[in-house]
Amino acid sequence: MADVTAVGTEGVPFRLDVERGKIREFARATGTTDLDGIDAQEHPVSQPTFLTTALHWQTGDANPWPAVKLDQKRGLHAEQEFTFFGEPPRAGSRLEGRSTITDIYTKQGRRGGEMTFAIVVTDYYDESGRLVAQAKMTGVETARPPKEDEA
Amino acid sequence: MSAEEATSAPVTLTPPAPWTVGPVTRTDFVRYQGASGDMNPIHHDEEFARAAGFDAPFAVGMYQAGLLGTYATGWLGAENVRSFRIRFLEQVWPGDTLTSTAEVVREYTGDEGDARVDIELVCTRQTGGAAVKAWATFVVPGAVAHP
Repeated sequence: MADVTAVGTEGVPFRLDVERGKIREFARATGTTDLDGIDAQEHPVSQPTFLTTALHWQTGDANPWPAVKLDQKRGLHAEQEFTFFGEPPRAGSRLEGRSTITDIYTKQGRRGGEMTFAIVVTDYYDESGRLVAQAKMTGVETARPPKEDEA
Repeated sequence: MSAEEATSAPVTLTPPAPWTVGPVTRTDFVRYQGASGDMNPIHHDEEFARAAGFDAPFAVGMYQAGLLGTYATGWLGAENVRSFRIRFLEQVWPGDTLTSTAEVVREYTGDEGDARVDIELVCTRQTGGAAVKAWATFVVPGAVAHP
């Protein structure tokens, strides 16, 4: 069961270097058909879902998500959103990420089980302090194993 | 084409042909996990997945979402995306074949006077079920916004 007192929990700001090799690896893992196009650029732009790689950088207290205490075996990703205030980050960008648990709420599932949702928002700032991107993750914990009550 | 002509003739975007990937394998899932940093064992550890009530490990939803991102940016350009919202609907299993498709929802002028397009993307399994849907906004490459 989620801990509703986790709302408002902030992670310690973390650095996320947008690296050329990571962009290449991520593009390859997500089926790009144009690796040559990335290889031809010194500062290729990152993919729309690239900021999920924050998981490589959110160690220790940078990730407030564990405070929600959702059961990993019954927890699923419900929604994910990325917003870019201009072009997405390019290789060579040094970003600072700040994550906050913004909401936790429950809802009845279609088959009767109660589902618990939790939202974590991560804001990304560039070296000049400008907000360049935001990631919003909604996780859900189902009352029973997810197979029986898919969101 | 002059700027006048471009502003008087709206750009009509046509989605690319559907893009099929697969059959996807557990190796594809693990490669994505390594690239993304999401090492949840439910996506590669047989015992963990079974203990959680699943028949086998299944794909990270963000893998399918990433395929939709690749499909959309191959069409409209990765530098042009401004928002990308994903909803996870069905799990993807090893052996599934995934097809990405897109529809134009709206073409309009953005707040900053640039030409924009909202699109809806779907990643469909071979069963016909939608695994992931995404709603994205892009700046339209090469288009001139309406005054």
